[in-house]
Amino acid sequence: MKWVLVWFLAAATAVLLAVAWLQSGGLKQHAMFSAGTPEEAVQALMSQIQARNYEQAFASLDPSSGTDLASFTREMAGTDSSLRTYSSLQTADVSPLRADGDQAVVRLRMNWSSALGSLDDVRDVRVRRDGSVWRVVWPKPAFPTVPPQVVSVNYLSWDVIGRNSSQNWGAQDVDSPKVRITSMNAISRPGRVVILGEVENEDTVPAYLNVNATLLKADGSALEEEGSFDLISHVLLPKQVSPYRIDFPGERIDAVKSVRMDARALLVPASADPVIAVSNQAVSKDGLDRNVLKGQLVNQSGRPVNIAQVLAAYYDDSGKVIWVSDGYVDQALMPQVPVPFAVDIPDDIAARLKNYRVIVNHYSRSGS
Amino acid sequence: MKRTLGSKFELCKSMARTALLCMLPLCVLPVRASAAELHVPAIVEAGHGFSIPVADSGQASFYLVGPDHVVKRTVNLASSLQIQPSDVRAAGHYQVILCDSSSPCTSATFEVKAAAPAHLSFFLHPSRVPVSTPGSIDATAFVFDQYFNLVLTPAAVDFRITPASGAGFSRQASARDGVAWMHMDSTPHEGRVQVTAALGGVEEARVIQQVAAEACGLRMKAVASGNSVTLETDPVRDCSGNALPDGTVVSFTKIDKAGKSTVDTPIKKGIARVQLSVQGPAQVSVACGVVLGNEVALNGKL
Repeated sequence: MKWVLVWFLAAATAVLLAVAWLQSGGLKQHAMFSAGTPEEAVQALMSQIQARNYEQAFASLDPSSGTDLASFTREMAGTDSSLRTYSSLQTADVSPLRADGDQAVVRLRMNWSSALGSLDDVRDVRVRRDGSVWRVVWPKPAFPTVPPQVVSVNYLSWDVIGRNSSQNWGAQDVDSPKVRITSMNAISRPGRVVILGEVENEDTVPAYLNVNATLLKADGSALEEEGSFDLISHVLLPKQVSPYRIDFPGERIDAVKSVRMDARALLVPASADPVIAVSNQAVSKDGLDRNVLKGQLVNQSGRPVNIAQVLAAYYDDSGKVIWVSDGYVDQALMPQVPVPFAVDIPDDIAARLKNYRVIVNHYSRSGS
Repeated sequence: MKRTLGSKFELCKSMARTALLCMLPLCVLPVRASAAELHVPAIVEAGHGFSIPVADSGQASFYLVGPDHVVKRTVNLASSLQIQPSDVRAAGHYQVILCDSSSPCTSATFEVKAAAPAHLSFFLHPSRVPVSTPGSIDATAFVFDQYFNLVLTPAAVDFRITPASGAGFSRQASARDGVAWMHMDSTPHEGRVQVTAALGGVEEARVIQQVAAEACGLRMKAVASGNSVTLETDPVRDCSGNALPDGTVVSFTKIDKAGKSTVDTPIKKGIARVQLSVQGPAQVSVACGVVLGNEVALNGKL
């Protein structure tokens, strides 16, 4: 009887230890350090990144990786209030590309979720056999630095003094900026109607702009009304042109007789700084064989831009806007440092596009 | 019973309706010949008091019903009834009613017309306008007396236009039903334009900002330096020679072996400048809004 109790207590202790080990991620750690295939090694690494265990993730990397813990953490967790710092790894899909004895290359598609939507990061990862396990070779990311310098910024900024509400009727006020929709195109896409085009700030002052569209039925009644939301550059400097896109999910183009457009502009304080150059733009295929417009953003000012959004308008050979797409960049734009971007282009649009134009929306945290 | 906000509102409405119905017989009574017959002037100028002679005795209730207020007083019929200037400030239709206990109520009506012009409410639209734009400026003046009654009698309003440069000029418009207006073209030179509406000794000034129109003859030049090229526009002007304001965005586009590069840069001190790296032969173009400028071909030997 005495031995039964001893055996029972020992068994219970063992079970509790096993549960604690599982709870503390021991299974994942075991999987990581005993990854029997390249795919398992990458999946285990992604599990650690998903759990934000960067030290353990770094510890599982192949010693030949050129990176260090600080660089690895900076790359995965993001810095400078970039979009990556507000993102978390949602899923990671791994597919083998090639294997050659002790070396293998797998295609890794990381999907990061953020407040601004999901972001894909596709890269080909080298995996190396280390004894009985496979380890990921993670190259050191290149973080270009700019030599210390003073950048003089003397672009114009605009402040607004509005009318005093205590003044009499008829007292002078400043008008809202004059904006003009220079083009509008209604197209049918799978499961939706899309209104797209371009709008120009014709005025000499900055404008905060919203473009709304109302689909009208044959009898003139409204079918649906939508706004351009974030598929537009809301702040337009004088003579600046922005593409816009308004989606009407669930609507069919044959039910639409006409479209009523409404561009509303407000006079707002604004600054002409920063200037962001969009260089080396080219249409190509990404790792998943999708059509993308790639390029680099270069922040030409002296202050970091924390979050940047790329808006691209695509034109056919007659100069008509046939599509507008956007993409967020998950790195901060540090001064003078090129940052790559890529935005998707639907296959049918890619086949018809003749030209394109890219503009950049930016958000800078004050005081950064 | 639970009383809601709606039911309170209905109750107030019903009380007000009852009060009005009680007053209605007074208002619709015809003027009758009686001892207290009322003789009022047909037209009175706003803010001018007057007296109504009565020849009777005793006391009566006197009502003055105007467009924006009602006065009730107990008056002595032995002396004439005084209408204070403050009682007839608002222009419109008035009714006086006199009721005493011995005879039926009597009433009379008169009109109060606006006094002499004393205020101008002046609207100048828009506050900014491109130069040399036909019919782009609207000036509208509303003529009011000192009590802010709209002066409906015809009056000549003088619109004096004073540009920042060049001689000023004026236009005259007759106020019809209290409103005078004019359209005019913007002048060819940018800057402040003051427009003053004047009527008698009353003046009201507004300022309109004439701004440069679309860019005209946009041109740039390219200066090579190593593997980069500096693109710089000539001073960006409109077709009247006015400089486009600083901050106006100019778009540079370069197409070379590396792909396409675009920079939207604001004009600074009258010109827009940008530096781009170049790989091999390149084609560079410039635009400002919807206006295209010249194109420059770079042969790659930078």
